[in-house]
Amino acid sequence: MAFDLETASEPGKLRRVAIDPVSRVEGHGKVTLLLDEHNRVQQARLHIVEFRGFEKFIEGRPYWEVPVMVQRLCGICPVSHHLAASKAFDRVVGAMPITASAGKIRRLMHYGQVMQSNALHFFHLSSPDLLFGFDSEVNRRNIIGVAEKHPDIARKGVLLRKFGQEVIRATAGKRVHGTGSVPGGVNKHVSAADHALLKADLGKMRDFAQDAVTIAKQLHAQNPALYDHFGAFRSSMMSLVAPDGALELYDGDLRVRDASGATIVDHVPDQDYLNLIEEEVRPWTYMKFPYLKAIGPDTGWYRVGPLARVQNCDYIGTSLAERERREFVDWGRGEPIHATLAYHWARMIEVLHTIEVIGELLDDPDILAGERMAGDPARAQRHANGEREGIGVIEAPRGTLIHHYRVGDDDLVTMCNLIVSTTHNNQAMNEAVRSVARQYFDGRAITEGLLNHIEVAIRAYDPCLSCATHALGQMPLDVVLIGADGSAVDHVLRSHTGDWSRPQAGAPSTATR
Amino acid sequence: MTMDPLDIHHAPRKLRVATVSLAGCFGCHMSLLDIDERLFELIEHVEFDRSPFTDIKQIGRCDIGLIEGGLCNAENVIVLREFRAHCKTLVAVGACAITGGLPAQRNHLDVGVMLTEVYHTRPGLSASSRIPDDPELPLPLNQVHPIHEVVHVDYFLPGCPPSADAFWAFLNDLMAGRTPHLGHGLLQYD
Repeated sequence: MAFDLETASEPGKLRRVAIDPVSRVEGHGKVTLLLDEHNRVQQARLHIVEFRGFEKFIEGRPYWEVPVMVQRLCGICPVSHHLAASKAFDRVVGAMPITASAGKIRRLMHYGQVMQSNALHFFHLSSPDLLFGFDSEVNRRNIIGVAEKHPDIARKGVLLRKFGQEVIRATAGKRVHGTGSVPGGVNKHVSAADHALLKADLGKMRDFAQDAVTIAKQLHAQNPALYDHFGAFRSSMMSLVAPDGALELYDGDLRVRDASGATIVDHVPDQDYLNLIEEEVRPWTYMKFPYLKAIGPDTGWYRVGPLARVQNCDYIGTSLAERERREFVDWGRGEPIHATLAYHWARMIEVLHTIEVIGELLDDPDILAGERMAGDPARAQRHANGEREGIGVIEAPRGTLIHHYRVGDDDLVTMCNLIVSTTHNNQAMNEAVRSVARQYFDGRAITEGLLNHIEVAIRAYDPCLSCATHALGQMPLDVVLIGADGSAVDHVLRSHTGDWSRPQAGAPSTATR
Repeated sequence: MTMDPLDIHHAPRKLRVATVSLAGCFGCHMSLLDIDERLFELIEHVEFDRSPFTDIKQIGRCDIGLIEGGLCNAENVIVLREFRAHCKTLVAVGACAITGGLPAQRNHLDVGVMLTEVYHTRPGLSASSRIPDDPELPLPLNQVHPIHEVVHVDYFLPGCPPSADAFWAFLNDLMAGRTPHLGHGLLQYD
């Protein structure tokens, strides 16, 4: 099936407008629009334009290196990758379960991660659009502008992010790319000094987070016509939930609700993700398109992240955030909320929740002392081929993150498969772009402010395009690149794609340059 | 004739700083933000040109360019050259810009073999998946390169990422017109 506005029928006759690079997001992406003579959009695509190849070069590395290596996928959510890999390798070393101390220290690390990343996204990256307007003056539309115009808001954002980063430092050893989690457990406790430091700031942070939720919901209340409909579209939503249906970020089972809010997949263990999800590749972007296998690519795509999590769970296990969740759900008047901009509101509810959980964990003596490591080689989980195997799934700030590894007898990784959060939202972000294009590109002159509307819709998903460029799937591009080295690559292309690479020669104006 | 006294109250021009992440992970940019509240002091002295933190898409004339990440595709090379052409002082920030970093782990792999394996052995791909080949996608380089192989680099700020304190000391030296010098403890490589 072709999605509306994904591919124009006669691209050669249209005018190309590019937003390149998409800014105030993490990573490298661009948007291309093809416009007809009336300035109406006929094609709109979000392209992920880089690849780095992690899945491939991790193969052959000793498994104990991997939780540290994979953090370099992303400097904004390194802990998410650190822990997803650690969880996968817990199974490789037969540490099911890990110790109480290890579980709580990792959870503390992760909730610090979600808190700092969500705060960064809202305050440093998106708040300029929300506070100044989508087509406000371009040179002021950034965190510096916010610092000058709304110093109080900017300061709270900086301090919230700082606190989350400090939680990470206290547990992982370093704010960016730490080393605290290892296959089978953790390698350090929280020190008494760090514990005191974090405890001292906790109350203030809870207040700041409550203020942030208030800002986000007031934006909706003040302009519901904009906030409820901008870039909106209906979709299914996927997330982890706890066994009892509570919001869960570190460890749980997969749940999917459809666009009407009905639960269509529930209690799927994370180890079974391959039975649930498949991915499709399209020729114009490096990022794959995942979908529910049972439904198929046309309608089986879904959204992940705060909007999905806050609505997929039955409740939130901390009181302040639960109160805010109820208010959020009430806003939908019995229907799931599909508004793209509601991501911000849900994200701030999560910030409040993470601070509450951090507070609970700081009161738990297990983070200061106790057994750190577990594991029994005899209990290692094994693949059908006899190799040790583990899958780690975690709710990263942007959504469900999946790491999957197999390890040979020599302790070297033989297989690595990663599905990162932003990839799940690929179709959704493209739909958001097209929704905005339909709504706003109605023949009016193209201005910088108008183009920023498209970016506002993308930003709401907090895309981590750096994470999304991990895959080697992009390597095929080398085929095109090789001009200088054409024969060998051409040969590979033909020998493996016979039936599916040549047909695309008919695709519009591609591959011929 | 008497000379006007020097106006000691004039505000010195703010330094204009551009930043970019090429084949990096944004960790260096995050570490720059880890200066925390010092950010408010920093923006008293600098203004940002093209950067992931602003919506300026085309770099203008700048005093300082901070480059995170190495070169993995043709677009990276173009952006790097634009930065060199517009920045008086260009800084390679972090392991990837200085050595290629972790992404350079792919340098020993054969492109054809990787292509084969990714599309035929990776689990969970639909049967209809095909090779991305759109001209909108920049062409990857055969290998990942550090930036000094392509342009002259004035300073190298090591670390994965450099610490917030290292950024702070480095930028303060540049803002004061001193040759940057990272003292013991600020120079680290992990």
